Amino acid sequence: MTIAQFVVLGAALFSLGLYGAITRRNAVLVLAGVELMLAAVNLNLVAFDAYLADQLVAGQVFTLFIIAVAAAEVGIGIAIVLMIFRNRHSAAVDELDLMRY
Amino acid sequence: MGILAAILPSVTLLLAAGGEEGGGVHVSDGGALAQWAWLIVVVPLVVPFLIVFFGKRLPFGGWELAVGTLAFIGLYGTALLLQNAANPIATEFTVEVARIGSYAIEWGWVVDGLSIMMYFLVGVVGFLVFVYAKGYMEGDIRFTWFFASFTLFAGGMLVLVSSPNLIQLIVGWELVGLASYLLIGHYWEDHANVDAANKAFMTNKVADAGLFIGAIIMALSVGSFSFHDALAVVAEGDAGSRLAVFGFWAGLALFVGAMGKSAQFPLHVWLPDAMAGPTPVSALMHAATMVTAGVYLLGRLFPFYLDHAGIFAGGVRPIIMVIGGITLFFMGLLAFVQNDIKKVLAYSTVSQLGYMVAAMGAGAYTAGLFHLFTHAFFKALLFLGAGSVIHAVHSNDMSDMGGLRTYMPKTFWTFVVGTLALIGLFPFAGFWSKDEIIASLYAAGQDGSGAAWFVFALAVGGSFVTAFYMGRAVFLTFFGEYKGHAHPHESPTTMTAPLVGLAVMAAVGGFLNAPGIATPFTEWLAARRFPMGDHHAEAVNWGLAGLVTLVLLVAVFLAYRIFAPDAETQADRDRFEIPVLYPILRRLYYLDDLYLDGVVRPIMGPVARLVLWVDMVVVDGIVNGAGVLARALSRAVRGVDARVVDGFYDGLAATTGGGGSVLRLFFTGKVQQYAALGFAGVVVLAVVFVVF
Amino acid sequence: MEWFDNGWGLVLTVFLPLAGAIVLLAIPRTKEDALKGVALVTSLATFAAGVALLGRFDFSRAGELQLGMDVPWIDAIGARFHIGVDGISLPLVVLSTFITLLVVLYSWDHWPEPHNPKLLLALVLILAVGMTGTFVALDLVLFFVFFEVVLLPMYFMIGIWGDRGIREVPVFGWKLEMRLYASLKFFVFTLFGSAFMLLGFLALYFRSGTILPERTFDIVRLSELGAAGAFTGTFAFWVFFALFLGFAVKVPMWPLHTWLPDAHTAAPTVGSVILAAILLKLGTYAFVRISIPILPQEAANWAWLIGLLAVIGIIYGSLACLAQTDMKRLIAYSSVGHMGFVMLGIATLTSIGINAAIIGMVAHGLITGLLFFLAGSMAHRYHTRDMGRLGGNMKLMPVMGVLLGFAAMASLGLPALAGFWGEFMALMASFDPLDGLDPGLFRGFMIAGAVGTVLTAGYMLWMLREVNFGEPADEWLGKEFHDVGTFEWLAWAPLVIATIALGVYPKLVFGMTNDAVVRLVEQAFGG
Repeated sequence: MTIAQFVVLGAALFSLGLYGAITRRNAVLVLAGVELMLAAVNLNLVAFDAYLADQLVAGQVFTLFIIAVAAAEVGIGIAIVLMIFRNRHSAAVDELDLMRY
Repeated sequence: MGILAAILPSVTLLLAAGGEEGGGVHVSDGGALAQWAWLIVVVPLVVPFLIVFFGKRLPFGGWELAVGTLAFIGLYGTALLLQNAANPIATEFTVEVARIGSYAIEWGWVVDGLSIMMYFLVGVVGFLVFVYAKGYMEGDIRFTWFFASFTLFAGGMLVLVSSPNLIQLIVGWELVGLASYLLIGHYWEDHANVDAANKAFMTNKVADAGLFIGAIIMALSVGSFSFHDALAVVAEGDAGSRLAVFGFWAGLALFVGAMGKSAQFPLHVWLPDAMAGPTPVSALMHAATMVTAGVYLLGRLFPFYLDHAGIFAGGVRPIIMVIGGITLFFMGLLAFVQNDIKKVLAYSTVSQLGYMVAAMGAGAYTAGLFHLFTHAFFKALLFLGAGSVIHAVHSNDMSDMGGLRTYMPKTFWTFVVGTLALIGLFPFAGFWSKDEIIASLYAAGQDGSGAAWFVFALAVGGSFVTAFYMGRAVFLTFFGEYKGHAHPHESPTTMTAPLVGLAVMAAVGGFLNAPGIATPFTEWLAARRFPMGDHHAEAVNWGLAGLVTLVLLVAVFLAYRIFAPDAETQADRDRFEIPVLYPILRRLYYLDDLYLDGVVRPIMGPVARLVLWVDMVVVDGIVNGAGVLARALSRAVRGVDARVVDGFYDGLAATTGGGGSVLRLFFTGKVQQYAALGFAGVVVLAVVFVVF
Repeated sequence: MEWFDNGWGLVLTVFLPLAGAIVLLAIPRTKEDALKGVALVTSLATFAAGVALLGRFDFSRAGELQLGMDVPWIDAIGARFHIGVDGISLPLVVLSTFITLLVVLYSWDHWPEPHNPKLLLALVLILAVGMTGTFVALDLVLFFVFFEVVLLPMYFMIGIWGDRGIREVPVFGWKLEMRLYASLKFFVFTLFGSAFMLLGFLALYFRSGTILPERTFDIVRLSELGAAGAFTGTFAFWVFFALFLGFAVKVPMWPLHTWLPDAHTAAPTVGSVILAAILLKLGTYAFVRISIPILPQEAANWAWLIGLLAVIGIIYGSLACLAQTDMKRLIAYSSVGHMGFVMLGIATLTSIGINAAIIGMVAHGLITGLLFFLAGSMAHRYHTRDMGRLGGNMKLMPVMGVLLGFAAMASLGLPALAGFWGEFMALMASFDPLDGLDPGLFRGFMIAGAVGTVLTAGYMLWMLREVNFGEPADEWLGKEFHDVGTFEWLAWAPLVIATIALGVYPKLVFGMTNDAVVRLVEQAFGG
C-alpha cells in the first residue's frame, strides 16, 4: 500500500467531517463532524508515522493525545449541548448567537 | 516690666523757663499757682463727661457742674492775673506723650501774660454767660446736653490758649470747632441749623488745612513743635536758619488758619450763620472763645510776625493788615441791611475782629489784644442783651421790636452802655482800645507803610460804619412804637445780673490801658519769655481821637435822623435804601452764593458724581472688562481645546469605533460561520505556503 | 516664662484660634451656647496672649526682633518657620487679637442669615490665624502662606452671609447678587496680586543664591542684603513692581481699589469689620516689612508714584464718598482715602512718615471698625442703608447716634482722637521726604492731602446730617427701636476708649514703633 491511499482516505474523511460540522443544524451532529475531522487527522498521523518509521513514534503518541482530548471534548461538548437543550428545548446551532459581540 | 517704662509718660513736669531768659524781660515762674494751672485746662475737659453721665440726676440738670467749672476758671484766672500784676509770670510746663523721630509731642500749659489774660477772659465772661444761660435755656429739650457741650466749648478754648506748642494748639483749635458744631446745631431737628453747623465746621476746616500746613512748615523748620523754640530762633534772628527760608510761607499758612477762626474776609461766612445756635452760645463764641483764637495765635507768635528785619514772617504782616482792614470796613457794611438783631451783632463782631487783626498786622501787639479784651466784655453784653430782648419778644427780627426801653429798662440801659463801648465813645472801654489801634495804624503809616495808610482810612471809616449800624439797631429796637405780638417783659434776675456785671466792665474797662494815665494791661501782656518789641503809645493822640469821635457822632446822628421814630414814619424808614450798595450788601457781596454754587454744590454734585461714575464705570469697568476678557479668552481656549486638541483624540476614538463597527459585522455569534471562516483562513494560508 | 520668650508665646498667639476652630468643628451645630463659649474663650485667651506679648516685649530694644523662633520648616527649599515681633509688628498683632475678640463678642446676638454660628465663628478664628500670622512671619514662604490663609474664610464669609441685594454692573448690564459678585471680585483681585507677589518672592529667593552660599526666603537676611545694595537695576525694578502689585491690591491703592467698596458693602458686619480693621493692613504692613527694607533703592525710585497714587486715592475716595447714598458704601470708600494717608506716609520713606503710617493703620482699624459695627447695627434695625430714607437717628436711637457722631469725628481726624496722628504726621512727613526724593512734588502731595482732610470732613458731616439729624421720616414713626444693646456696648466701648486713649496719649503706639522705624529707615537708607 502506498502512502497516497491513506492520505486520500484521510482527506475524504476530513472533508466529510468539515461538511457535517459546518452544515448540520443539530449540535450533536456538528460534534460528530468534528470527531470525523479528528479521526482523519489521527489517520494521517498514524500513516505518516509508519511510513517514516519514526524512532520516537511521535505520530502515535500525538494520536493517543488527540483521542484523549477528543474524548474529553466530546464529553464536555455533549454536556453543554444537553444543558442548552434543557434550557431552550432546541439544539439548533444557528439559533445560538449569544457570543455575538 | 519694659512696658511700663515705654508706655508711661515722663511724669516729671519740666519747668521749662523762667528768670532772666529773653533778653531783659524779668519774669518769675509763678510758683504753685502756675504749677497747678493745668487744672484750668483739665477740669473743663472732664466735666462735660460728668455732665453727660450724671447731669440729669442733679437738681439743676448738670448746670451747677458747668457753672461751677467756669467759676473755678474765673477765680483761678483772676488769681493768676493778680499775681501777674504783682510779679510778671512767664513759664511753661510740658508732659511728653510721645516721640516721633526726633520730635517730641507734648501736652502742657503756658502761664504768661497772654495766656493769663485769656484764662481770665474765658473764665469771667464765660461764668457770666453760663449764669445767664441758666435762665435762657430753662425748659430746653436738651438742657443737660447743652451745658456739656458748652463746657467743652470753654475747655477747648482753654486747651488752645494754654498750649505751649503747635500740636496742642491744633487740638484745642479743633475741639473748639467740634464744640461750636454741637452748639450751633443744637436744634438739629431742623436741617437749616445742621447746615449752619456744617458750614461753620467746614469753613473752619478749610482754614485748618492752612493751619496744619503752617504748623508743619514751622515745626520742620524749627525742629520742634514748641512755640518757645520757634521764638528762640526768631530771637536769634539768623537769616540763614531754615525758619528764615520758610518763614513767609509758614506765617502765611498759619494766618490762613487764623482767618478761619477769627472770621476774616473771605472766610467769615460761617460766623453770621452760627447764630443758629442758642444766644448764649453766640455770646460766648463772639466774645471770649473761638473767634479770638486767630488773634490769639497772632499774639502768641507775635515776634515771628513782627520781624522788623524781614527775615521771617515780616512779609506777611501787610497782608494781615490789609485783610483786617477789608474785614473791618466791608463786613461792617453788611450790618446795615440786617434785620435780625443777632446778625447785626454778628457782622459787628466780624468787623471788630478786623480791627484786631489789622492791629496785629500793624505790629501793635498790645492794642490788638486789648481790643480783644474789651470787646469780649461789651460784645458778650450786647449779645446777652439781644438774647434778653429775643427772650421777651420771641423774635429775632427788629421789625417785631421797637419801644422796648420802657418795657425792659435794665436791658435797655446795659445795651446802650455796650453800644457806646462798641462804637468807641469816650470814656467807654471801646474808645481806649479802638483808638489805640487807629493810632498804631497811623504810626505804621508814618513809618512808611502805604498799606497802613489805606487800612488807617478804612479804620476811621469803620468807626462811622460801626456807629451807624449800632445806632440803627438801638433805635429800631428800643425806640418808637412796639410792633411785635408777644407781651414784652423784663428778663429774670439770672439774666439781668450778668448784664449789669458786663456793663460795668464795658464802661470802665478801658482804663486798664489808658495811655498817659495808667497802662497796667500793657505790662501784664508783656510778661512773655521774649520781648514782644511792639509799638505802643505813650499818650493818647487827642487829635486822632477827636477825629474819630467826630465821625462817630455824625454817624449816630444820621442813624437817629433816619431810624428814630420822631423824625420819620415807619414807612419812610423801610424805604431808606442806598441804591446799588444795598442790594449788593443784601446778597452779602455774593460770597455765600459763590461758595455754595461755585464750590460746595459742584463738588458735592457733579464732581462727586463724576468721580463715582469714573469709579463704577471706568475703573470698575476696566476690572469687569478684564473679567469679561478673561472669560472670553477662556471661551476661545475652550473652543480651541474642544475642536483641535480634543478633536484629535475624538477623531482617534471615532476611527477606532468606526473600524470596530465594520469589523463586528463578521462576529455574528454563529459558530459554524466562525468555523467556516477559520477553515477559509487555513485554506488561504495553505495556498500561500504551497505557492510561495 | 522662658518658653514664652522663646517663640512659643507668639506661636500661641497665632495658633490658639486654630485650635479653637478645630474644637468648634467637633461641637454639633445645635449647641450654640457651647460654640459661642468656645469661641469667646479662645479669642479671650488669644487676646491675653497678645497682651502678654506686650508684657514680655523689651521696649528698650523695640527696634530688634524679639520673642521669636527660627526652626527649619521645609528643608527642600530652605523655608524656615521664622517668626518674631518688633515695634512695627507688635501693635498690629495686638490689634488683630483685640479686634477678633470684639468681633466674637459682637456676634453674640448678631447672626447674619443663614443662621450658622458654628461656621461663622470658625471662619473668624481661622481669619485670626492668618492675620496675626502675617504680622509675625519673617520668612517669605511663611508670610505668603499666612497672607493667603485669610483669603478663603473671607471669601466664604462674603459669599455665604453677604448682601443678597441685586448689584447692577454698569456697562456690562449684569444683574447678579451682590454677595456673589463681591466675593468673586475680592477673591480674584487678591489672587491676582498674590500671584505677582509670589513671583517676586521667588525671584528674590533665586537671586539670593547668587550672593549667599545658599538661597534663602528669610526676610531678615534678605533685608540685610538689600541694605547692602545687593538688589539693584532691572531685576530690582521688576521685583518691586511684582511685590507692589501684590501689596497694593490688598491696601488697596487707587486704581486697584474697586474690590473694596463691593466687598465691604456686601460682607456681613463682622466681615466688614475684620476686612477694614485688619485685612487692609496686611498690604501696608508688607510694604514696610518687605518692600522697603529689601529693595530700598527701588522704594526710593518708586516713591513718587506711590505718593501720587496715595494722594489720588485720598481725593478720589473722598469725592466718591460725597456721591454715595448707601451708608455702608460711604464708609467703605472712606477707607480708600484713609489708607491713602497711610501710603502717603510710607511713600515719604522717613521715620516720621512710617510712624504715621503705623499709627494710621491702628487708628483706622479702631475707628473704621467701629463705623462698620455701627453701620451694621443700624442696617439691622432699619433694614436699609439708604441715607435718603434714614434721618433723625438721634431721636430714635440717641446713644447710637452719639456713637456714630463720635466715630465720624474720629474718622475725619479730629485732634486728640486716634485718627489725627496718622493724618497730620503723614502730611508733615510729606513736607520733608527722604533725601533724594523731589521735595517740591511731595509738598504738592501735602497740600493735596490737606485738601483731602477738608473733603473727609465734608462727607462725614454730610453723613451725620443725613443719618443722625433732622426729623425722622414718617416710615419710622411709631416703630420700636432698641438702642445700643449689652453686647454692642461690650464690643464698642473698648474701641471708643482705645480711640480716645490713643489720641490723648499716642505713646501707646509711638512708644513701640519709633525705635523700630528709626532703625528700619537707618538700615535701609543709611539714616
